[in-house]
Amino acid sequence: MTEPLLKVTDLRVLAPTGGAIIEDLSLSVRHGEILGLVGESGSGKTTVALALLGLTRRGARIAGGSVRVDRDELIGRSEKELRRLRGRVVSYVPQEPGVALNPAIRVGSLIRELAQLHRPDLDPDVTVRAVLDRAQLPSDDDFTRRFPHQLSGGQQQRLAIAMAVVCEPKLIVLDEPTTGLDVVTQRRILDEVKRLRDELDTSMVYVSHDLAVVAAIADRIAVMYAGRLVEEGPSHATITEPHHPYTQGLVSSIPDHAVPRRLAGIPGVAVGVGDRPAGCAFAPRCMLKTPACEVETPALERVGPASLVRCLRWRETPAVAVQLRIPQEGRDGQALLGIEELRAGYRGRSGLVLAAESVSFSVASAECVALVGESGSGKTTIARCIVGLHRPDSGRVLLDRAPLPAVAKDRSPDSRRRVQIVFQNPYESLNPRHRVEDALSWAARRLRGIGRNEARRDVELMLEHVRLPRSIAARYPTELSGGERQRVAIARALVAHPDLLVCDEVTSALDVSVQAAVLDLLCGLQRDLGLAMLFITHDLGLVASVADRVVVLERGVICESGTVRKVLASPAHEYTQNLVKAAPHLPAGSAARSP
Amino acid sequence: MGSLRAELTWRPLADHPLVAYVLRRLAVGVFLLFLASVFIFGATQALGNPAAAILGPHVPPVARQQLDKELGLNRPVLAQYGSWLWAFLHGNLGRSLSTRQPVAQYLAPRLVDTLTLAGVALAVIVPLALLLGVWSAIRRNGVIDHLVSFVSLGAIAVPEFVTGTLLVVLFGVVLRLLPAASLPTPGTNPLLTPSILVLPIATLTVAGLAYLVRMVRAGLIEVLDSEYVLMARLNGIPEGRVIWRHAVRNAMAPTIQVLAQTIQWLIGGIVVTETVFSYPGFGSAFYNAVSLRDITVVQAAGMLVAGFYISINVVADLVVVMLIPKLRTAR
Amino acid sequence: MQAVAVTEAIRHRKGFRLPRFLRRKSVRVAFGVLVVMLLVAFAGPFVTPRSPTALVGPPFADPSGAFPLGTDYIGEDVLSRCLAGGSLLVLYAALATAIAYIIGGAVGLLAGYSRSVIDPILMRIVDLLLAFPAIFLVLILAARYGSGADIVIIGIAFIHIPLIARIIRTATLETSVRGYVEAALARGDSTVAILYREILPNIAGPLSADAGPRLTTSILLIAALNFLGVGLAPPAPSWAGMINENIGGIALNPWAVVAPAVLIAVLTVSINVVADGIARSFGHSTEEVIRR
Repeated sequence: MTEPLLKVTDLRVLAPTGGAIIEDLSLSVRHGEILGLVGESGSGKTTVALALLGLTRRGARIAGGSVRVDRDELIGRSEKELRRLRGRVVSYVPQEPGVALNPAIRVGSLIRELAQLHRPDLDPDVTVRAVLDRAQLPSDDDFTRRFPHQLSGGQQQRLAIAMAVVCEPKLIVLDEPTTGLDVVTQRRILDEVKRLRDELDTSMVYVSHDLAVVAAIADRIAVMYAGRLVEEGPSHATITEPHHPYTQGLVSSIPDHAVPRRLAGIPGVAVGVGDRPAGCAFAPRCMLKTPACEVETPALERVGPASLVRCLRWRETPAVAVQLRIPQEGRDGQALLGIEELRAGYRGRSGLVLAAESVSFSVASAECVALVGESGSGKTTIARCIVGLHRPDSGRVLLDRAPLPAVAKDRSPDSRRRVQIVFQNPYESLNPRHRVEDALSWAARRLRGIGRNEARRDVELMLEHVRLPRSIAARYPTELSGGERQRVAIARALVAHPDLLVCDEVTSALDVSVQAAVLDLLCGLQRDLGLAMLFITHDLGLVASVADRVVVLERGVICESGTVRKVLASPAHEYTQNLVKAAPHLPAGSAARSP
Repeated sequence: MGSLRAELTWRPLADHPLVAYVLRRLAVGVFLLFLASVFIFGATQALGNPAAAILGPHVPPVARQQLDKELGLNRPVLAQYGSWLWAFLHGNLGRSLSTRQPVAQYLAPRLVDTLTLAGVALAVIVPLALLLGVWSAIRRNGVIDHLVSFVSLGAIAVPEFVTGTLLVVLFGVVLRLLPAASLPTPGTNPLLTPSILVLPIATLTVAGLAYLVRMVRAGLIEVLDSEYVLMARLNGIPEGRVIWRHAVRNAMAPTIQVLAQTIQWLIGGIVVTETVFSYPGFGSAFYNAVSLRDITVVQAAGMLVAGFYISINVVADLVVVMLIPKLRTAR
Repeated sequence: MQAVAVTEAIRHRKGFRLPRFLRRKSVRVAFGVLVVMLLVAFAGPFVTPRSPTALVGPPFADPSGAFPLGTDYIGEDVLSRCLAGGSLLVLYAALATAIAYIIGGAVGLLAGYSRSVIDPILMRIVDLLLAFPAIFLVLILAARYGSGADIVIIGIAFIHIPLIARIIRTATLETSVRGYVEAALARGDSTVAILYREILPNIAGPLSADAGPRLTTSILLIAALNFLGVGLAPPAPSWAGMINENIGGIALNPWAVVAPAVLIAVLTVSINVVADGIARSFGHSTEEVIRR
């Protein structure tokens, strides 16, 4: 058996406060292999990415262990020696190239600097051109004299990748390189990464929170939770038959547009660096937990020829249960919400931008309609017009066939009550100076005109509906996690007893497992309360998991609409077809069984 | 149909954002100067009768009428303003009410003296501040950094006249090393008698240095903590190059702005400093004019200061735009 | 989760919890010094050994048992004048700053929330004010309206108002696009309710970070103006005024100048260190605040 290219042994990184960010981490990557490193917030995966180059963020320090790339050990080396290795033996592709490329240095100069540094034997101009060709970027003067901010997001990332392979390193670390990119661009970048690996036979560590993306590209997958490795194995096997309960929960949380399913999610909250419990860090959230799990931290066990798992009860981990979801169709009931020829724009940085044009669709009572489009397609503007936060240029918003005034203030209290909205950013949608109970109580009193006492009872009821413990009521939003805050935002909307709930990308800012839990909640609420819902998203997988009908928006114009089943299975419009093709999904074979 | 953009039929400047910006900035500067003139004139002359204020209540009406005529106060306000502005733009700054001397003649040599003082002070402050600021930022939380931080926080807080006074007491009275008052021989360049310049410059330097060092340090630290500097390190670029080519280059723009602020701050402190040391410069001329209610001198001096201040802002903004590619390129 | 539990425990304990800005030792020391200085400034006038305005001896007499700091330019007791000379300085500065916050705050709030015509006008006024050094501005006013204390207070307040309005306008603008304000708008809450419930509590941060340096500036300005003879309220003594009065006899009795100078220095440095501490506890730095 050949020696692995990358061998990490017992890596340990401490935070400035002294708590461990990463503990006991051991990995190995063979030549030409892509290892996908998966984890949610608080898992420490970004710290690992940096540590693979011998770096930490300010304040953190590498306290022990070894990182060996080929024959070079990185830990314990002097900065000068490390600098010799960085970029040459192991290189890094950043998460957000927009901020990672020096805004004051031209593109050509950036590459040239690396060329002169890492390949002094070659003519720099030749190297620069070769690098750009490889990235499928133009190599003419017009392009090389540009500054990074003059490139699109996709171009910036391709440039960053090209810079990382200037000297054909043995190992490339990619840290969530497709964050913030639209689905089609993301697919292109992934193809690029695969092509590079095939051409150069480099090893790669691909860090991501998105299991579907990792499944598409990695040979092996390593799953991290709370700073430790909890499972490792071949990509396909780990996803179709996970051994660790966390991995199982993660896989069950991934939406898949090809297979409409009910997402389960993982109960509880991700742990931050300072809050790790004794024993197995996942125990508080684990369905298989035993008293032994809370006392000792399990060691990594070998399972089969190629997998590792850190769990005392891994043999009892249930299989990935896929509960198929059947969208409600044929709801020809009365249209609750009607949008007629809506045309809305806003004043952007460079003039008037038309966000929506001739948009018309309807939502029936107790129906869930998904509004799908890329960022900038106008979805949020439409949502804001519906709730009266944006004045459309023309067109009407109808509630029960009666047109609504454009501005919320002009609407009747009842119509304001009946249509509620939940925003995208959980960290800004709640007033940090108001306790949860105050925020909910005020909304109830304002929108339903009830007294304090009745409002208080309602608040308790709502918290139950969103599956939050009663103790949350007295807390401030800053004490809550993203998922908890979003549930509070949902509760605030529900406390008005609305007929229609507008959800504007409500899970985009959340971890995958949290997203699944919130989505499951919304599905349940819709069913139990008979709510109509307008679910706005860019993720086709979520559409399959929650919606009955779907409306596809391309740059402000509806290009296709219909039932979820039909549109996702056989999209008619080219734009929809591209979206469906580019959307990441899990490999076949993971849809095990229905309930 | 896709998103529409507001089409303007004729936008020659759209392709030259830099030129457009320069023109716009200059226009704003001129407009501000105009506003400043309105303010100065309004504050000193238009609101109420200054003659009465200048001469006091116990003066025979004849003298008041004389002054009224001289100041042109019996004309409508706008006419007064117009003729004052017109004269000013032609270099006629009026006559001092106390000495009857043309204001321009009176202020010119004093301006030179003050500029000498300020110039030398800047020549000391700027290189020293850049050195200390960059050093503290690079060796963050080191001994030098903490010392500099600590001392500078205190130095900013102490008013110039206090620093000046204490310096005079220490060096002029107790140690008798330097003269207590800085009176250059009239008609000569103050640089010829450097000993009188030492204390005023030291006074200006103490606070000015503290201010500039802190801002340079803060600006550089912000850049050193940026993602692109981290990326440069991850690419294996030698640390020296990272600091100079990647970091300092991006810290230049805010440094220029702070430099402009320091110069402006220096001008503000000149009045007080010159008074402490009895240095016959622009600042003390202004102050004397205020005490004597010499409105014309105050107006002229005020306009000069405003003009200088605004020009510094404009120059700083233009230099910053040259330094930050994002601001001068179209996207 | 454990962190939250600990915070809960602390909050329920009736014990005294040190405010965040006093965490650093240097800030604690400065705070103590500041308290002492304020005591001197406000209680001082009541404990002067002699009347600050009584002529008690020859001018510029050396320090002696009777007059520990000697006499000043006309023969008043320097020590008594020092004890009595601080209250007006601090009082006027606090008054000017408070007026500026009330007016500037109201203007900034409205400008930032309504985003109306007031906004560009406000910006022009701020730019205009930034076209002069503060001292020159007040002096220009004094040249015309006299050197009384009221001119100085009003003048300084007017210098601060546009700057405060701008800071509050920026903070209000940033806050008014947050989700919770939009939720309030969608609910149909009244403008007053939104300003009071949603916006005001959330701009406290930048406001508090700004208050310290602003008060320091007020004190520095008033002291400088006093030194130039403007803003005094004779015959009441003032530290900065004393420096002006006694600088002629600096070789005879330097204490008449050094004592008030040191008092001013200690006051302003301690305020500055405390203000810096407050700014840091809100996550800002003094440099940021100045830059705004």
